[in-house]
Amino acid sequence: MIEIKDLHKSYKMGSNSLHVLKGINFKAEDGELVAIMGSSGSGKSTLLNILGMLDEADSGEYVLDGIPIKNLNETKAAKYRNKFLGFVFQSFNLINYKNAMENVSLPLYYQGMGRKERNEKALKYLEQVGLKPWATHLPNELSGGQKQRVAIARAMAAEPKLLLADEPTGALDSTTSYEVMDLIQKINDAGNTILVVTHEEDIAHMCKRIIHLKDGVIVEDKKVKQVRAADYVQ
Amino acid sequence: MFSRDNWKEIFETIRKNKLRTFLSGFTVALGIFIFVSLFGFGNGLINTFDEFFQDDATNVFFFFPGRTSEPYKGYKSDRQIEFDNSDLADIEKNFPMVLEYITPRITRGSLVRYKSESNNYTTRAVGESHQFAEKTIMMKGRYLNTLDIADKTKYAVIGRLVEQDLFDDEEALGKFIDIGGSMFKVIGVFQDDGGDNEERMIYLPYTTRQLLEMNNDKIDQFIVGFKPEIGYTGAMAFERSLERFIKEKKYIAPDDENGIFIRNMADALQQNQQFAGVLQLIVAFVAFGTIIAGIIGISNIMVFVVKERTKELGIRKALGATPGNVISTILLESVFITTISGFTGMLLGVALLSSLGDTLEDYFITDPYINTGTAIFATIALIIFGAIAGYVPANRAAKIKPIVALRDE
Ligand SMILES: Nc1ncnc2c1ncn2[C@@H]1O[C@H](COP(=O)(O)OP(=O)(O)O)[C@@H](O)[C@H]1O
Ligand SMILES: [Mg+2]
Repeated sequence: MIEIKDLHKSYKMGSNSLHVLKGINFKAEDGELVAIMGSSGSGKSTLLNILGMLDEADSGEYVLDGIPIKNLNETKAAKYRNKFLGFVFQSFNLINYKNAMENVSLPLYYQGMGRKERNEKALKYLEQVGLKPWATHLPNELSGGQKQRVAIARAMAAEPKLLLADEPTGALDSTTSYEVMDLIQKINDAGNTILVVTHEEDIAHMCKRIIHLKDGVIVEDKKVKQVRAADYVQ
Repeated sequence: MFSRDNWKEIFETIRKNKLRTFLSGFTVALGIFIFVSLFGFGNGLINTFDEFFQDDATNVFFFFPGRTSEPYKGYKSDRQIEFDNSDLADIEKNFPMVLEYITPRITRGSLVRYKSESNNYTTRAVGESHQFAEKTIMMKGRYLNTLDIADKTKYAVIGRLVEQDLFDDEEALGKFIDIGGSMFKVIGVFQDDGGDNEERMIYLPYTTRQLLEMNNDKIDQFIVGFKPEIGYTGAMAFERSLERFIKEKKYIAPDDENGIFIRNMADALQQNQQFAGVLQLIVAFVAFGTIIAGIIGISNIMVFVVKERTKELGIRKALGATPGNVISTILLESVFITTISGFTGMLLGVALLSSLGDTLEDYFITDPYINTGTAIFATIALIIFGAIAGYVPANRAAKIKPIVALRDE
């Protein structure tokens, strides 16, 4: 599904340059649920953004589902993001003047799907995250956990090959965090490939594999026995 | 790009971002409104200007007698010049090719009485062609004619307001009025575009006036009408030769500035038109400035709008919006708002102008108007330049890396 080789990324700030990723090699198969761990500032988000084509690497190879991702222009990158990728952010990133259903149907709008069809589909995904009754509510009328579930529904609505979540529970209390992880596990159970950035051990152990980033390289890569979030949710 | 769904998305965005919509809409509407009003006022000013001249014929010269300021051919300086009937005949005889008509004008104030009503009016004793020089419009009856002049009839043609003052609802035609002690028969009632004063005049045959004044042949001043086809240069040449002719006849030094005075309406008209042209230019310049200000206004709002929406656009990009999508989202919304509010502003401006009519006449603005072509052209120009101005920030927003846009707070 994903293969990256010798990925480098540095940020230039004035005359200084901060080398964040110093040669990342990594492979993930279909259906994996991978946690990317590391201390704050270790480059987790940077890596995820490059994988999500929101940002570009300085050098290295990246192949997504057999397609080499290189020198994409913005239009092409946008099409790939729309077709292959779903994003979940720590700060939800919902559009505040659109209600839950409209937020969820937005990626489908950019796929060119008709209004009726995409609203139906959005409602279906809202139902899967348990928020169908909240379809017409604006983001500011929802709790943090609800917002993140809407964001997950939005990420899934386009039926992406790869779901990327950057600290999806970072802004939530632990109960809500487990609810969100439960949802992510279920999506993974259905066969979707998911990468989750987190710095919380318990969240990481709800994945199937943990990668540790330190000083710009992967220092540890291990399979773990998945802790089911459902056990912690009533 | 123009599918129904796209428009729905835009309408939704507009509906849910009322402040933004209001801001840009208001700027554009106000810009066009001011443009239309200013332009209309300018035209109203020019209208007022033209009216000063529409009232009288413009192919005429007025000749007034003066006092000489130089001795000449044995005559002393400071001699009062007088015109008389022979001057009329001489001019008619000497300039048949260019002369259309000539008429004297003897002006006197008189107490006029009809039954118990009386009032002071200005009477003008004139020839029959005075009607053309003054553009007198007959409402009823007739104007003075050649026979009246030859027969020295005691006929009067009275202004509309004179009739109103003296006769109330009574029919004036055929009635006799007392003008300065002599009875005159009213043969006509006229109106004039020159205002109330012009309509409080009474016209009499000049021969009758001369008869009443001890049968003399003096005239105060005379008006020469020239054939319009001689044009402006022809008129100027005619004026010079007439001046030379009169000065020679009256023994006035050729370079004496005070012996006679000539008012050349053709020349005045020319100057008026030049002035009106300058006025029009200034108005157009100011109005053009308004449009420029409007365009600057929208581009500022567009910069603000794009800044405000940076994060949202980042989210849209992450979800698959292409740079083209981003540009069309911003531009279509802006063009839609500018179009609606631009035409609203235009209609409001036009409505204001047409509701004003004559109410601003005290400020020299008569019937302000803007022709539809100019108004629509300005509105469309504002829309197009607004779109171009909006394209710059839209394009910049489209080029921002999604990760940068997402980081925006
Ligand atoms: N746009 C940027 N410009 C400059 N430095 C950045 C930028 N984004 C991240 N960094 C720096 O790169 C390092 C890695 O950041 P990040 O990938 O966000 O870390 P993490 O998500 O692991 O906390 C940090 O030191 C951060 O300050
Ligand atoms: Mg991070």
